[in-house]
Amino acid sequence: MAYPANFRYTKQHEWVDLKGDVASIGITDYAQQELGDVVFVELPKVGSQLTAGKSFGTVESVKAVSEIYAPVSGEVTEANETLHNTPENINSDPHGAAWLVKVKLSNTSEISGLMDATAYEAFIASEKGKEASA
Amino acid sequence: MQSVNLPTIPELRKTPLNGVHRRLGAKMVNFGGWDMPVEYPANGGLVAEHKAVRGGVGVFDVSHMGDIRVYGDETSVSGGKAIGAGLAAVQHISMNDASKLAIGQAHYSALLYPQGTFVDDVIVHRLSEDDFLLVINAGTREKDINWVRENTTAFDCIVEELSDAYTQLAIQGPRAIDVMRKLTDANLDAIKNYWFTHGTVCGLKDILIARTGYTGEDGFEIYVPSDCATSEKVWAQVMEAGREFGIIPCGLGARNTLRLEAKMALYGHEISDTINVWEAGLDRYCKMEKGDFIGRAALERAKSIGLKRTLVGLEMVGRGIGRDEYRVCNEAGEAVGVITSGSPSPTLCKNIALAYLPPALADIGTRVFVEIRATKCEAQVVATPFYKRPRKVAAPQAAKTA
Repeated sequence: MAYPANFRYTKQHEWVDLKGDVASIGITDYAQQELGDVVFVELPKVGSQLTAGKSFGTVESVKAVSEIYAPVSGEVTEANETLHNTPENINSDPHGAAWLVKVKLSNTSEISGLMDATAYEAFIASEKGKEASA
Repeated sequence: MQSVNLPTIPELRKTPLNGVHRRLGAKMVNFGGWDMPVEYPANGGLVAEHKAVRGGVGVFDVSHMGDIRVYGDETSVSGGKAIGAGLAAVQHISMNDASKLAIGQAHYSALLYPQGTFVDDVIVHRLSEDDFLLVINAGTREKDINWVRENTTAFDCIVEELSDAYTQLAIQGPRAIDVMRKLTDANLDAIKNYWFTHGTVCGLKDILIARTGYTGEDGFEIYVPSDCATSEKVWAQVMEAGREFGIIPCGLGARNTLRLEAKMALYGHEISDTINVWEAGLDRYCKMEKGDFIGRAALERAKSIGLKRTLVGLEMVGRGIGRDEYRVCNEAGEAVGVITSGSPSPTLCKNIALAYLPPALADIGTRVFVEIRATKCEAQVVATPFYKRPRKVAAPQAAKTA
């Protein structure tokens, strides 16, 4: 699956799609592959504040619990409640229908600290290399 | 300049099929020091593997399991002794009554510490009158073999570790028998649940074929020579024979969800060196009347004192998945127990768990709360096993002519 060029990425495998001062946030295709079948999502309430680098929710597969870290700070304007009934969308469409939250950024400059698609793809290639040699 | 010795990282142990798993693109994990497949994403992953075993057939590489043979000198049996040294040793170190086993029969049992807690759980197979094969867990191999050796010195028996001699495959699911029929000339219908035989499998003579498993489903476990070429050949033939039945390779992830649904204990979780037989609810595999064995006296005392905790099944009521080591609270919010294994159940589509709770909270329907991160999530005590395989409906009998 391609990593959209207009997104920004974190080392914890979240993506950010910034439009104006509102960012959609999700987990990457690499993250969903690592997790396996996603069965549960816990999202923050609309109106809550996210702080960059802090956990704001969890995505769980049958086997594993994965914390989701905020790539940027800001107020949650929307949470993707449809995922409560269809968490498997995170496996099938991680970069699209399975966005987790939308956040109104409190500091748009935070976005510049994130990786672009090229840098992220290089990062996951090195992660996969580590796995293979493990 | 002096050369520096880097600290050696203990190398993960590999089964003879490690290369096969890697070529299949399995997600590998360190399981008790073993490099094992947790799931095979290319075949749909954990849930697909779980469902294949419940509805069709799946194959597991369980070669990491250990094997200990305990047997007596044949002359001691034919010499008119009432009980052979092998049997006497097995009776001494395990809690079930091995004297009740027929040749060709196996049962669930456990090695106990003098405190009545678990060294490990084992499947005991009676190979002949005074010859037994104990199948043990991977993570406890060294501990178990040392324990068995140390505690059988008083008996005139031979203890042999055969762990690395076998590649063990578990072919599990309602169609497992159909796959096996294509691979062996043994009369599989004659092998009842927890019985075994020896026969030709994949052209290999004298292979142990047991109707056992760790999935709560019908199935077989076969023990073939562990050299890489033979192991890979047998794996390939099993996959080929199973193709028409939709066989897929299954990893430890599905093995865990399958055994949890069937309420089969996992060492280090439901049973350990701090949990005793009564707490674990394994009474029916512990034969106090068979005579003395290691752990018996402590179990006798424990029985008179009564239980402080007992293993129960939980089902989450609302959203939230109770997982291993999460705390369980009573209505007052006090932590009173702990989950030993918890997971979504792919068969039941519910979130289930096994937990130790005080007996006062063990009644079916009791409301408890599982601490999931910052939230206390409601759960209730339910009957176990969570899943029981459907009874085979007898095929209508053809009218017999006299």
